[in-house]
Amino acid sequence: MGKYRTTIGLEVHVQLKTHSKMFCGCGTDFGAPPNTHVCPVCLGYPGALPVMNRDAIRLTVISGLMLGCRINSYSKFDRKNYFYPDMPKNYQITQYDLPLCLGGSVEIEVGGRVRTIGITRIHLEEDVAKNLHYATWSGIDFNRAGVPLMEIVSEPDLESPEEASAYLLALRQILTYAGVSDCNLEEGNMRCDANCSLRPADRVELGTKVEIKNINTVKGVQGALEYEEIRQAEALDGGRTIVQETRRWDADLGITSSMRTKEDAHDYRYFPEPDLMPVALPAEQVAAWKAALPELPQARRERFVAQYGLPEYDARVLAAERAVADYFEAALRLIPGSPKAVSNWVMTDVLRVLSERTIDIGRFPIPADALAELIGLAEKRVINSNTARDVFALMLDEGGRAGDIVKTRGLAQVSDTAAIEKVVEQAIAENAKSAEDFRQGKAAALKFLVGQVMRLSKGKANPQMATEMLVARLGKG
Amino acid sequence: MSELHTLGVHEVLERLNRRECSSEDIVRDVLAAIGRIDGTIDGYLSVAAEDALAQARAADEARRQGAGGRLLGVPIAVKDVLNVRGQPCGCASRILQGYVSPYDATAVARLRAEGAVFLGRTNMDEFAMGSSTENSAFKVTRNPWNRNCVPGGSSGGSAAVVAADEAIAALGSDTGGSVRQPASFCGCVGLKPSYGRISRYGLTAFASSLDQIGPMTKSVRDAALLLQVMAGHDPHDSSCLPDPVPDYAAALVPDLKGMRLGLPREYFVGGSDPEVERAIRAAVEVCRGLGAEIVDVALPHTPYVIATYYVIATAEASANLARFDGVRYGTRAAGAEDPIDLYKRTREQGFGPEVKRRIILGTYVLSSGYHDAYYLRAQKVRTLIRRDFEQAFQSCDAIVAPVAPTPAYPIGEKGGDPLQMYLGDIFTVPVNLAGICGMSVPCGFTTRQMPVGLQILGPALGEGSILRVGHAYEQAGGWSHRRPPL
Amino acid sequence: MTQAYQDTQQAGATIDVRYVANLARLNLTDAEVATFQAQLSQIVAYVNEIRALDVEGVEPTAHAAPVRNVFRDDVVVPGLEREQAIANAPEHSADLFKVPTIVE
Repeated sequence: MGKYRTTIGLEVHVQLKTHSKMFCGCGTDFGAPPNTHVCPVCLGYPGALPVMNRDAIRLTVISGLMLGCRINSYSKFDRKNYFYPDMPKNYQITQYDLPLCLGGSVEIEVGGRVRTIGITRIHLEEDVAKNLHYATWSGIDFNRAGVPLMEIVSEPDLESPEEASAYLLALRQILTYAGVSDCNLEEGNMRCDANCSLRPADRVELGTKVEIKNINTVKGVQGALEYEEIRQAEALDGGRTIVQETRRWDADLGITSSMRTKEDAHDYRYFPEPDLMPVALPAEQVAAWKAALPELPQARRERFVAQYGLPEYDARVLAAERAVADYFEAALRLIPGSPKAVSNWVMTDVLRVLSERTIDIGRFPIPADALAELIGLAEKRVINSNTARDVFALMLDEGGRAGDIVKTRGLAQVSDTAAIEKVVEQAIAENAKSAEDFRQGKAAALKFLVGQVMRLSKGKANPQMATEMLVARLGKG
Repeated sequence: MSELHTLGVHEVLERLNRRECSSEDIVRDVLAAIGRIDGTIDGYLSVAAEDALAQARAADEARRQGAGGRLLGVPIAVKDVLNVRGQPCGCASRILQGYVSPYDATAVARLRAEGAVFLGRTNMDEFAMGSSTENSAFKVTRNPWNRNCVPGGSSGGSAAVVAADEAIAALGSDTGGSVRQPASFCGCVGLKPSYGRISRYGLTAFASSLDQIGPMTKSVRDAALLLQVMAGHDPHDSSCLPDPVPDYAAALVPDLKGMRLGLPREYFVGGSDPEVERAIRAAVEVCRGLGAEIVDVALPHTPYVIATYYVIATAEASANLARFDGVRYGTRAAGAEDPIDLYKRTREQGFGPEVKRRIILGTYVLSSGYHDAYYLRAQKVRTLIRRDFEQAFQSCDAIVAPVAPTPAYPIGEKGGDPLQMYLGDIFTVPVNLAGICGMSVPCGFTTRQMPVGLQILGPALGEGSILRVGHAYEQAGGWSHRRPPL
Repeated sequence: MTQAYQDTQQAGATIDVRYVANLARLNLTDAEVATFQAQLSQIVAYVNEIRALDVEGVEPTAHAAPVRNVFRDDVVVPGLEREQAIANAPEHSADLFKVPTIVE
């Protein structure tokens, strides 16, 4: 691609995590039977009127604050007029010239290069209904119509498909950190449109912009933009001009195609929504929200290194998701002396289970304080590390507290010299051949004998003491 | 033949409270009057006789058990633009045929909570677009004073049934004069409250920033009571004002001592029918006699109110009426190939010519290249018109003016010339643009025995003032009691 | 008023009724186009009067009352039963509102 420079801007739509819709009291839960979350307002009945969901406004402002935006002191809603079957009123309530948030940025890192991507604006609007297509007709489910949708518009600062996907991931991380959205792509609560243009490397002015719609995954963003880069480069190579148009990404075919649009000319005829009053948030309100903002992922990463002395790698893994980082810190609070041990447990054992069971940490069966108790027992050598893993497995499947499990099952490590000595003697007696091997200098035999001690003690012997005693009994070997 | 149907709200309540009759008696009497008269007036689109009787019997039972309710057992007619649960709400349009409302408008719910009985639905200009009720898709309502004349509009059905004693009271809606002008044409009282005083929830929107629901009654006192019940904050309407509702009955004193009434000089420049102007001036003299001081006020942007109104109202309407597309409710045209075709056919067949005209005009003034020149500019002129009134109310407590330049005119007279029809709204539309309140009170008759209304305007939330003026005038020399010869 | 009305007869107003009707998703017959074109041209010419007025520095009025920040709490309240919602539909399947095939 050395011949051309790519310029990309993204418009990301994020469904906000509210209980009710943007302008009415209907529920927002995903997967309900069709047309069961509907009312006169979200069906666009004659006479029904919208009333703003306070939390949708709050969550949008919090998103803006997390992304470093300026919060407009005066904001309003507008009607965007166009006819489509998924639009109950045949206009969408959105924000045209006075959005809630302006400016802001997101930092991304691609191939070791850190770049700051500008955010133009964030506005709030209502989602549309879902169209379902059958052989001879289409059907409409209005459950989603009116769900609060936040649109984050980036500056055309992205220079490659990789950067676009990195931007989307960074945005998703920050928004889930902010707790404003689940950003669950499967449930469609994060969707995006991309604007993409190519220009010869030696030219300054941007090329003709093509809009790509229907991108619903992070992989899709990269795929769609890679396809567009090639398509536009081939066109430019062939001396053809790029048509300014809207194209549709087909994830199955991996191509974009010109959208057949019946609207001969889009003329949205925006005007202020007379049914909604302007929003003028008091500065103190915005300041209070700002004061209560969660830490940004990057700041948290840095703090994990500085405060807990964790390696950079650990900090990155633990801080990737807010809920995981919260879990880690909740456990660490109970055993503040062992950050690395807690980190190891969370990174290896906890995250492994999450990925095996494809669940998120909210549904992980072992609460943070229970894990901390288990790690504490292992750290104090009440149980050895193998036992700790067994107890972890028990807690995972049956629940319970580590202390209770260790007590009722008699799993505490034995460190009593006389007791271990008895087992060591038994192990030597039952494995004379191995004892002899060790005396002859075969170091591996010692490991076997320690294993036998552990077996005979049902795993409870302090392995270090057992090793020392075997060496003392059998001579240096 | 009983005379119960000729009573107003207060008289009906007095009889009910004295147990002189039951709500069922009243409803039966009103239904009988409708049966006798409405064939020649055509004020109702539908009458829910059985349902109304059942509601009346329930009200009677409630009264026997000692239940209260400021309107317990009083039958009220409702303009076809308001949602009443379980009833059609067709806006006198073909496009809404088959629609049955699943909910009560807030104003309706509040009347219902006080025991009101919902009688039936009154005719109107389709989607409240018109000033004569000739734009109904179903029937032409006739003026009870002269059946060859229009009843005014768009709430012509409500005005006619109140004037013809086919109802005790009725509800209308007023976007540019649609309560006041038909009240004036039919000789009843019509009140348009300040914008935001009564919730618009459940009122099918014509122009959202101008629409208000208003009572149409046989006396100012009745209008005050219905306003009292319907007014006040509603969490379902963001534009509904949270201000407390004063006791309007307390404002109804028999004199106007200490009140200053403004006469806008721009409203008396010879544009009105001389008989109308004479009736207004006579009413002004009655007010002077009641102790009011008459002052001259200026509304300098009067020449621009029609243009401003028709830009803003149609722009909002073009969006408000986009939802009528044959998908979720109402009628649907047959034979459509795709959704766009479905919309175009349904809307072609479902809307009448005046609605189509206004949708086109409203779409045009918002469209790319014209938005700033028309819509945005009209919004700015609206500011100037609002300021005119703010200024005028610095020097007076209420303004008195004609409602319309003419009395009711013959059916069909203005049918072919929409602009001529629009120009008749000159004295009513500025009230909606400014968001203030206004009321029409009967103030006399022309030589051809057609009623003339006196328009009384007050500042935003100044309903108390205009009710006082209207009531005092009505008591001293008003014409509210006159009934048409039917 | 009358003067303004007469003035509009001469003003050069432009409205393409057929184009605008398409934006509004409204089919018109040729006869309607002709009638509306004449009527609306006259109305637009009349409305042109406001273009002569000096509105420099005047704030537009979008709402009749100066109210701000009207919100509702984020609470779920029961809406319509599906049967109730579907009952008003001109055409529906068991649980969906039916329309002719949408070509995306």
